[in-house]
Amino acid sequence: MDRLTAEAEDDDLQMASYTVRRILRAILLLVLVSVLTYVLFTVLPDANPPQSVAPGFFGYMKDVFLHFNFGYNHPSHQSVLSLVLTRLPATLSLVAGAGLLSVALAIPVGVIAATRRGTRVDRVAMRTALAIISMPVFWLGLIVLYLLASDVGKLPILPGANSYAGLTADPGQWFKSLILPWLVLAASQAAIYSRLLRGQMLEVMDQDYIRTARAKGLSEQSVIWRHGAGAAVPGVVTALGLDIGALLGGAVLTETVFRIHGVGLLAYHAVLRSDFPIVQGTVLLAAMFIVVVSLIVDIGNAWLDPRVRFA
Amino acid sequence: MSEPLLNVENLRVVFNTDSGNVHAVDGVSYAVNPGSTLAIVGESGSGNSVAALTTLGLTRGERTEVSGRILFEGRDLLALPDRELREIRGNEIAMIFEDPLSSLHPVDTVGHQVMETILAHRAVSKAAARDRAIDLLERVGIPDSHRWVEAYPHEFSAGMRQRVMIAIALANEPKLLIADQPTAMLDVTAQAQILALLEELQQQLRMAMIIITHDLGVVAEMADEVAVMYAGRIIERGSTEQIFAAPQHPYTWGLLKSVPRLETSRSEELVPIPGRPPSLIDRPSGCYFHPRCPYVRDQHRRVDPRLQPVPEAPGHVVACLLLPPERKRLWEGLEAGRTPEELRDSQ
Repeated sequence: MDRLTAEAEDDDLQMASYTVRRILRAILLLVLVSVLTYVLFTVLPDANPPQSVAPGFFGYMKDVFLHFNFGYNHPSHQSVLSLVLTRLPATLSLVAGAGLLSVALAIPVGVIAATRRGTRVDRVAMRTALAIISMPVFWLGLIVLYLLASDVGKLPILPGANSYAGLTADPGQWFKSLILPWLVLAASQAAIYSRLLRGQMLEVMDQDYIRTARAKGLSEQSVIWRHGAGAAVPGVVTALGLDIGALLGGAVLTETVFRIHGVGLLAYHAVLRSDFPIVQGTVLLAAMFIVVVSLIVDIGNAWLDPRVRFA
Repeated sequence: MSEPLLNVENLRVVFNTDSGNVHAVDGVSYAVNPGSTLAIVGESGSGNSVAALTTLGLTRGERTEVSGRILFEGRDLLALPDRELREIRGNEIAMIFEDPLSSLHPVDTVGHQVMETILAHRAVSKAAARDRAIDLLERVGIPDSHRWVEAYPHEFSAGMRQRVMIAIALANEPKLLIADQPTAMLDVTAQAQILALLEELQQQLRMAMIIITHDLGVVAEMADEVAVMYAGRIIERGSTEQIFAAPQHPYTWGLLKSVPRLETSRSEELVPIPGRPPSLIDRPSGCYFHPRCPYVRDQHRRVDPRLQPVPEAPGHVVACLLLPPERKRLWEGLEAGRTPEELRDSQ
């Protein structure tokens, strides 16, 4: 009994120590990212636009970490942070929805392809996935608009470009206007995760514990979905957490194609105008977002799978 | 004599693989009586696990050909549809495996893994299943089991994990337990404890057991009957006394002489069986054991021996082309400490 209490405490301790180590690593990463963005956008460009005065490195770090000041945009008389924050809901809607959709699509495709390995279903699914992975996001976006957008599409059934409305302003319009962007942004991730999950499922279904599940007399549905997918899907969710950068990159393209006024479109326009404070601010905030998300994914994983804590 | 609980008749299992047909089980027959223990002995890859897995339908697949009959209480398990076979698995026939760590689900609590087996076959509430899981874990020797139900397999020692596997297998009080090398991955102390536990539970539940092993110590301790398998076939079968006192097949002699026994004198050298088990794709001609048999004669390379009764030993059968008096002379010579080479040269 004492041993068990001790082990439970041990376990909590392990979890706490893992969390602290992981947070320290994230902070170090944030500092490195800020240094890199400073070098990229303040030191390297030979001609800063006249309206911005390059601050010194320590002033810049102090601004970022103590005052959350990511620069100022003179034409709009707004701080970069407030510009980003106003645009954030659109980008978050897009990225979160596409992330969920990609996993939701990948789970059935990957699991069914794996359980029917070598059949026509498997071959068709995996070749389609490969084709989708090969499609650039902006190209896929234009094709989808050409086919389905209500204004220019051949089969005008869904709102196309420039139709985004905020969630609080008009929930129905928010949802409808995001269907196509979600599909476009989720497509390649869904295809990647389908293939990843298929591979993981094949590996899992060969494991001894699947044989045990069958030997218990469980139904094949339960063996495949609870025991098999239950062990394989967390790997895909981790991949999603780590791929958040790819999703943000895709979001820039998707927002540009669909004219969604999110952070991606803000950055895109800023690049065109050589507006360095905004580019620098969005890049830094995006990098921070990625660091924080992967931190959450790692800690969540350690919480779900106790074996991770010892790694 | 009572009706056997399990009667395997002329079982054949062939796996179609890319490199050819693997004849994993090749015409095997054995019977297990209620409450008794059959040991199936043989090196890895001699088809003993496959025969057991086939009993539970766990080798079913598009590339597997199975023929013969596996009668369990008169019902042919091979002819049962998946759904009906599932009702038997984990309920009337249960199985435990060699590696308890990889056989338990890594991210599920042991309590739930036990409960799940109960819930699959019994119409009981989750709370009742949980109480039963706690009882079962206690019964297989996990102290304070109500605290351990929420633990994960990696928090247990190897011996404790095998106890969890046993709790899962016994959850529905099966009539037959198949133990596939249950102690192979355990240290010696844990081995002894697990075997003692299995014996105790077998007596309490009056269940029959099939133990697959290459450990003759396990056989001597547990088994009523022994079947020796080689290259997918049973080459000798008899009661445990018969197999240990008067083994008939040169392969059985090899198994007995390659492990130390208490009565083995210190000066007596252990004799390994030379060579390796044959490929189950391209099997040898004649007697499958002839490439490794020290007493091979020319005709053994051509004639395929069938199982024949051993004279004056009811129930003891062997598939060997050597004549009974010759086998007697050779075994007595081996028991006297002579080597196979000496015995072969003196024949």
